[in-house]
Amino acid sequence: MANNLKKTIVDPLSDNNPVTIQILGICSALAVTTKVDTAIVMSVSLTAVTAFSNLIISLMRNMIPGRIRIIVELAVVSTLVILADQLLKAYMFDISRQLSVFVGLIITNCIVLGRLEAFALGNKPLPSLLDGLGNGLGYSAVLVAVASMREILGFGTWHGIQLMPAGYQGNGLMLLAPGAFFGLGLLIWAQRQIIKKFETA
Amino acid sequence: MEFVNLAIKNIFVENILLSFFLGMCSFLACSKKVETATGLGLAVIFVQTITVPANWAIKTYLLAPGALAWTGLPGVAALDLSFLTFICFISTIAFMVQIVEMTLDKYFPKLYTSLGIFLPLIAVNCAILGGSLLMNERGYDLPHATVYGLSSGAGWALAIVALAAVRKKLRYSHMPEGLKGLGITMIMTGLMALGFMSFAGINL
Repeated sequence: MANNLKKTIVDPLSDNNPVTIQILGICSALAVTTKVDTAIVMSVSLTAVTAFSNLIISLMRNMIPGRIRIIVELAVVSTLVILADQLLKAYMFDISRQLSVFVGLIITNCIVLGRLEAFALGNKPLPSLLDGLGNGLGYSAVLVAVASMREILGFGTWHGIQLMPAGYQGNGLMLLAPGAFFGLGLLIWAQRQIIKKFETA
Repeated sequence: MEFVNLAIKNIFVENILLSFFLGMCSFLACSKKVETATGLGLAVIFVQTITVPANWAIKTYLLAPGALAWTGLPGVAALDLSFLTFICFISTIAFMVQIVEMTLDKYFPKLYTSLGIFLPLIAVNCAILGGSLLMNERGYDLPHATVYGLSSGAGWALAIVALAAVRKKLRYSHMPEGLKGLGITMIMTGLMALGFMSFAGINL
């Protein structure tokens, strides 16, 4: 049992990563990664929402009629997202301005709904909570990796600390939309090459 | 002229997919065939054109600070319900998608069968919710919101059809194993985003 629980949490970190392997939740993974700070805040919000919505839906799983489960799930998720958004607005106003619509978009983030559908509806509360936590952390790992790459190349800093030599000219392309696509594409390539998990397309 | 400019800006320069990354999941999942991509693209244009103005109305007459003044009730007029934005927008979208699905089923069965499975998926497409939230953030009025809905949907459709066409060719190319599938698709999308950015600064 303990082994199973550990697997639930470790698996999504690399072998079954929600972003790079399951292809879920790409939108926000690209949009908030110009700086490490915003990426971390976004990761924490998403992990919290995924974990708690998994827990709540799992507690209610025997009461939800199958036909209207999507709308029930959306209601639970949007309530949690409103909480997260209000907390960010209250305590981290600057970062919440930078994240703009993307906190709200956690509602339609496929990771959240995907885990609810695939895991929480058929499992007990504790494993569901851990599954949500694991997937949230897997997402966070990708976000921080892409954000580090973009911030170091684009600004020459990491988390606000100067890393590149003083004369470093920031690479503007990394900060624009195409830089996000290239960064994530290269990361996916590297990861799949290392864990030898290939698509047959 | 102003509306044409707004439309061009939203289709090309600030493409909702290529510069705001909205709707990536279905963009990656449904771009393997040009036919499916076209069907989904049309469905998104359709739903986006309806939901953005609908959410505009909800925001303006129900949620914004002081929006309930039209009721004339003294206690209600000063209410600020804007913290309910997310839950109201997503319910409207789910509701609208359901209505559109039922209407199409009844009156245009042919179109319904061709869009079929994609319509329910659209309720959780972040391009739709994102479109409404961006409309809210930019403070458009009704005509602008309508043009914005239509053109952002059209931009999304254009991008997914173009990518589907490219992916068809990619199937026959040799590349490193790890790059196959998602990896090369991301990099292709990046190149497309670069191309679309070159429309920046066009003004009619």
